[in-house]
Amino acid sequence: MVESVAPALQGVGTRKSRFAMRWGDPIFWGATLFFTLVLFALLCGVIAVLLVGGWPALAHSGIAFLWTAHWNPVTDTYGAVVPLIGTIETSVIAMLIGVPFSFGMAIFLTELCPHRLRQPIAIAIELLAAIPSIIYGMWGLFIVVPLFQHHVEPALKTTLGNIPLLGNLFSGPPIGIGVLLAGLILGLMVLPFITSVMREVFASVPPVLRESAYGLGATRWEVVWRVVLPYCRNGVAGAVMLGLGRALGETMAVTFVIGNAHRLSLSLLAPGTTISATLANEFTEAVGDIYTSALVALGLVLFVLTFLVLALGKKLLLGARAEGAEGEVLA
Amino acid sequence: MFSFKTFARAATVAAGALFAVSAAHAGDTISGAGATFPYPVYSKWADAYKDKTDIGMNYQAIGSGGGIKQINAKTVDFGASDKPLKPATLKKDGLMQFPMVMGGIVPVVNLKGIKSGEMKIDGKTLADIYLGKVTKWNDPEIAALNKGVSLPDQDIAVVHRSDGSGTTFNFTYYLNDVSPAWSKVGVDASVEWPAGIGGKGNAGVAALVGQTDGSIGYVEYAYALQNHLTYTNMVNKDGKVVAPKYESFQAAASNADWEHAAGYYLILANQPGADSWPMTAATFILMHTTQAHPQKAKEVLNFFNWAYANGDKMAKDLDYIPMPDNVVALVKKSWMDIKDESGKPVLQ
Repeated sequence: MVESVAPALQGVGTRKSRFAMRWGDPIFWGATLFFTLVLFALLCGVIAVLLVGGWPALAHSGIAFLWTAHWNPVTDTYGAVVPLIGTIETSVIAMLIGVPFSFGMAIFLTELCPHRLRQPIAIAIELLAAIPSIIYGMWGLFIVVPLFQHHVEPALKTTLGNIPLLGNLFSGPPIGIGVLLAGLILGLMVLPFITSVMREVFASVPPVLRESAYGLGATRWEVVWRVVLPYCRNGVAGAVMLGLGRALGETMAVTFVIGNAHRLSLSLLAPGTTISATLANEFTEAVGDIYTSALVALGLVLFVLTFLVLALGKKLLLGARAEGAEGEVLA
Repeated sequence: MFSFKTFARAATVAAGALFAVSAAHAGDTISGAGATFPYPVYSKWADAYKDKTDIGMNYQAIGSGGGIKQINAKTVDFGASDKPLKPATLKKDGLMQFPMVMGGIVPVVNLKGIKSGEMKIDGKTLADIYLGKVTKWNDPEIAALNKGVSLPDQDIAVVHRSDGSGTTFNFTYYLNDVSPAWSKVGVDASVEWPAGIGGKGNAGVAALVGQTDGSIGYVEYAYALQNHLTYTNMVNKDGKVVAPKYESFQAAASNADWEHAAGYYLILANQPGADSWPMTAATFILMHTTQAHPQKAKEVLNFFNWAYANGDKMAKDLDYIPMPDNVVALVKKSWMDIKDESGKPVLQ
C-alpha cells in the first residue's frame, strides 16, 4: 500500500510560493463551500417556487387537495389523489420487478459468472441505462402494448383474475395500456441502475471474508446470504433507493403507456396517471391561474413524497447500521 | 407503418418547436403556437410562404390551451386556438381573434374487419361511449345504428385528448348539444373524462387508436387520413347519414353567420342541413391588439393575408375549408384594430 501511494506524493510540499502557502487552503475551502451553498440555495429555491406557485390552488382547495380524487378543469376542482396513488403504485410495481432481478443479476455477475463473461455482461447492462426514456416509452407503446392486450392481460384475467379479492387487481377490459404496464416498463428502466450499484458493492466485499466462509465449508448460497449481503446492507439499500428515486420521477416512458386518465381504479389493468405524467401532459396547456397552480402544487407533492421516501430510506439504513451489521458478519 | 409516420411527425413538431424558440428573434421569422388541429395546413402554408418570400413561419403545435397561454405570455407572435375566446375575455386580455380555416373532427375506430365508412354513429351514442355507459362494441345502441355490420363482443377502449385542446372543446360542445347526460362532464378544452385513456395532441390520439384494438377516438380529418385510420360516418342533426369529406364540412360551414358573430365567437358543431357534417369546427388566430413590435405584427398579418389569398388550394388538398371571401374581407377590416403603442394601426 505504502509504495503505491508514494509516487503520487512526490512533489507535494515542495516548491510552493508564499501565496499558495498562505491562501491555497482558504481558497479551496471557500470554493467548495460555495459550491455546496449553491446547491443548497437551489434546493431552497425549488421549494420556495413550488410553494409560491402552488399556493393559489392549495388555498382554493385547502388541505382537501391531498385527498380529493377529482381533477376537473371545467369546475376548477383539483385533487392530488389519483396521480399520487398512480405514482406510488407504478413505483411499487417497478421495485417488485426491478429489485429481485437486479439482485439476482448482481449476485450472478460477482459470484457465479465465469470471469471472461463478467465485463461484457456488465457493460451490456450499463448500456441499458443509456437508453433515453422516450425510447422505452415508444417500445412499450408499439411492441409491448399489443402483446399485453392480446396475450398477457387476458391470461392474467383468466387466472389471477378469478381469485377472490386479488382478482379485483386484474379486472376490467384488457387494453394493454395501464398501470401494470407502466410499472413493468419502469421496472426495466431502473434495473440497470440498481444492478450496477449492487454489483459494485458486492465486488467491494474483501476476498478474505468470502474465502474464509468457503474455507469453513459454506455453500455459495450461505456465502451470499450470510456474508456478502450483511456486509453490503447499506450499499444494497442505497441501490434500491436510487432506483426508487428514479421510478418516482420518471416521466416520458410512463406518459406513453399509463393512459393518462384521472380516475381511481382498483384494477392494475386500468389506465391511471402519475404526477410527472400529469405535469408533462397538462402544464403547457393549462389555462387559468388555479389550473396552473394546481399542477405546481402537484409538483410540490411529488417533491415531498420523494423527500419522505429518501429520508425513510436513510433512517432504515442508519437503523440497520446501529443494530450492528459488523457483529453479525464477524461472528 | 402509420405509427412510425406519426412519430416522425411528432418529432418534426418537437424539432420545429425547439427551432421556433431559438429563432423567434431572428427577424425574418414569425412564430406561432397553439392548436394541433390546423397544424397540417399551417405547416404547408409556411413551407410555400418561405419558398416565395424567404420569411419563415414556425408553428408549434402544442394544443389550443397552449396557444392561448403562450400568446398571453407574449412568447409568440400569434396564438392559435380551435376554441374561440369569448368577446369579454378577448377584451380583458387585450387580444383579438379571427377565423383562419375550417375543418372536420371525425370519430376514428380500430376494429378488425371494419373499413372506413362502414360504420355509422350518432351523437347520443358517441356521448354514451365517452360517458362509459356503452362499453361493448356489440351494445344494442351501436348495433341498432349498424344493421348488417358484424360487431365484435369486445370492450371499447375510449381514447381522448390528455392535453388542453380546442378539438376537445368542439367535441364536448357537440356531445353536450346532443346528449342531455353530457352536462355532468361539461364543455371545455380539457374535462374530467368519465372513461378512457388520454393521448397528447391529435397525433397522440391517432397513435393510440392505431395501436389499440377495439378503440375509438376523435381527430381532425387530416390526421385520420394521414395515419390511415378507420373513420365512421355520422348521423347529423337532420337525421341523415353523412360521410366525412370536404363537401359535408363545407355544407356545415356554409351555415356559419360570421357577420353577426361578435369577436368571431362562433361554433360550428351540430349545424342543420341534410349534408352537414355534425362535428365541423373553425380554428382561430389570436393576436394582441397593442403591439410593442409593430413591424413583427405586420409580417404576421402579411403572412395571413398571403394565406387567405393563395392558400385555398393547399387547404382543400388537406380537406380543410377555406374561409369564404366575404368573411376574409371582414377579417381584414378587423386587422385595423391591431395597433402599435401610439395607437396607429400596424398595417398603415
